[in-house]
Amino acid sequence: MAQLTLDKLNKRYGESAQVIKGIDLHVNSGEFVVIVGPSGCGKSTLLRMIAGLEDISGGDMYIDGTRVNDDTPSERGIGMVFQSYALYPHMSVYENMAFGLQLAKMPKAEITRRVEESARILQLEPLLARRPKDLSGGQRQRVAIGRAIAREPKLFLFDEPLSNLDAALRVQMRMEIAALHRRLKSTIIYVTHDQVEAMTLAQRIVVLNRGNVEQVGSPLELYDHPANEFVAQFIGSPKMNLLPGTLVGSGDTESIVRLWHGKTLTVPIATPASAEGTRVKLGIRPEHIEWGAVADAPYLADVLFVEHMGNETYHYLDSGKLGDPWVVRNSRRSDIAAGETVGYSLPPEHCHLFDETGKAFARRAPGKGAGRIPGADAPPITFAEPARTNALH
Amino acid sequence: MSHNSRTLPPSAAVVPPPAASAQGRKRSLQQRRARAAWLLVAPALILLFAVAGWPLLRTLFYSFTDAAMDTPEEYNFVGLANYLDFAEGERFGVLADPLWWQAVGNTLWFTACSVSLELFFGMLLALLMNEKFRGQGLVRAAILVPWAIPTIVTAKMWGWMFHDQYGVVNDLLLRVGLIETPLAWIAEPTLSMWAVVIADVWKTVPFMALMLLAALQMIPSDLYEAARVDGASAWQRFRRITLPLIMPAMIVALIFRVMDALRVFDLIYVLTSNSEATISISGYAREQMVSFQEMGVGSAASVLVFMMVAGIAACFLWINRFSHEGKEARE
Repeated sequence: MAQLTLDKLNKRYGESAQVIKGIDLHVNSGEFVVIVGPSGCGKSTLLRMIAGLEDISGGDMYIDGTRVNDDTPSERGIGMVFQSYALYPHMSVYENMAFGLQLAKMPKAEITRRVEESARILQLEPLLARRPKDLSGGQRQRVAIGRAIAREPKLFLFDEPLSNLDAALRVQMRMEIAALHRRLKSTIIYVTHDQVEAMTLAQRIVVLNRGNVEQVGSPLELYDHPANEFVAQFIGSPKMNLLPGTLVGSGDTESIVRLWHGKTLTVPIATPASAEGTRVKLGIRPEHIEWGAVADAPYLADVLFVEHMGNETYHYLDSGKLGDPWVVRNSRRSDIAAGETVGYSLPPEHCHLFDETGKAFARRAPGKGAGRIPGADAPPITFAEPARTNALH
Repeated sequence: MSHNSRTLPPSAAVVPPPAASAQGRKRSLQQRRARAAWLLVAPALILLFAVAGWPLLRTLFYSFTDAAMDTPEEYNFVGLANYLDFAEGERFGVLADPLWWQAVGNTLWFTACSVSLELFFGMLLALLMNEKFRGQGLVRAAILVPWAIPTIVTAKMWGWMFHDQYGVVNDLLLRVGLIETPLAWIAEPTLSMWAVVIADVWKTVPFMALMLLAALQMIPSDLYEAARVDGASAWQRFRRITLPLIMPAMIVALIFRVMDALRVFDLIYVLTSNSEATISISGYAREQMVSFQEMGVGSAASVLVFMMVAGIAACFLWINRFSHEGKEARE
């Protein structure tokens, strides 16, 4: 298994259109890295550049320390699983998996051994004689993976491999891919637009947006400490709520934000004095907004609609003139109905703060956010104004 | 609403009209569908019989008679004599005529040469047009021009280009230095068939190219990418991916072209007129029928042409089906 290093990699079409803008990335041997981003962010282009299917316009790419910019895909020693599977329709499953090995002029016995080994790992043995058209979507997906495995590549590349599968099969294949990685201990670069796949599969996630890397980190790092608004909203579903306000008090341990409706909130986030008086956005995830009794909750809002998922409930709160409703996620069932006014509070230890450009201010206690009991080590919740019934709008 | 319900009471839909019950048992849905289907294809079948079936039957009929072109109503049945007859130790009839066999040889040679050259150049053009480049639409349109030109015009045009004294072909070859004296492309028996083949290839390559291009465009590009990842060279990608996938379309295109080439008449007739070196089986039939006014013999030759073309088409279809069945069996 191999390491991959990208050094200021970029891709230009013609004079103007730059789709990959100088990407630096190091992938360790055996690591499972997921590149995630919205459609058109350049993630597939980046993967195809790594594969050698797309020319590199600038920068360098190294596999195990060797520069491979000018190597063909097979010289780079990669195995790739395509979104559409790209199985050869006129060949049997066996022939599909053996094709690359035959081209490499490998001895017949070795080809048979490798194909059978890959088929065994993926439980494809009964299907070896069949043609792709006689297989189900999940089986085709497995053959595509098997074809990559049989090549025993240094680097596995997956290009949105699950997007053509139905929801149930996607969950199953996700687990199979994770198990496969544990078993083969191979270096995997996996591209997806689905943040759930990224969160569940990755050891490290690369969030890509408009050809730039927004943030690289472990799934929970990205979840707890998004570097900017984009990552904050892209990772996590439903996405993080953003509330506009002004920074009125800065500090190394705490900052005071005046929210759009005039109330202030003290959050355990460090901000520089120079940022004082600037407009900021307060971010809070749907599961962190807490309900309170109307009588003593700091904020009130009307419920626009309610979605019952069975295991959890989403309430959409009217944000008034601010646009999109805010989402509150409850892990319990709720009898609150649309049209009711509810009281809620924003636990400061769960708040994120973004400056005018969307960059996050560093949250305190980095890395501890995940397992912490809410409120246990957080400063007391302080609201500048006494709680009273005051609707948002 | 009330107006509608009055003109079409809901009961009308469920209660069968009295006429239907008078006919006895109501036809099943499938029977009614089959009836509608026959009604719909009937005009096409009638038309096909009128323009193809009836002339064919007439030709078959006359091939057993001694009718002449100017008096087709006066005839005697002569059995198979127009095809082959023995009298006084000599053989007569189309099948005993050396010119017929010459025509068969010419036709097969012409078909084999022109169709394989067409396939080769058509494939090259199709592969070229399948690549993305500037002016792609223009090239595709331009390539169709030879196909759109009437055969007579093509033949006349190439006739002038092959002219031994004023022709552009000889002029070019002389300038390049490939020949030292002008060649008599049309008159020289060893060259005239090549002249015909070249003109035919020029005219029909676009058809082949477009059929193959359509097939090429059906191949998803990620198959080529997968093959590149598998380490296939450009030639291997063509040989192992492209060719097997366009094979069905290629066979259909070949059937069309072979059948077309076997019936060749106008190009040869206009370009080389009555030369025995290039006469085709259709040309032979015309000669018997029109030049010699032998309607019976001409019809017999026409029937033989028909049988040859139909036989080869059937072979193609059979091979195609056989290879498909073979594939199914292997699965």
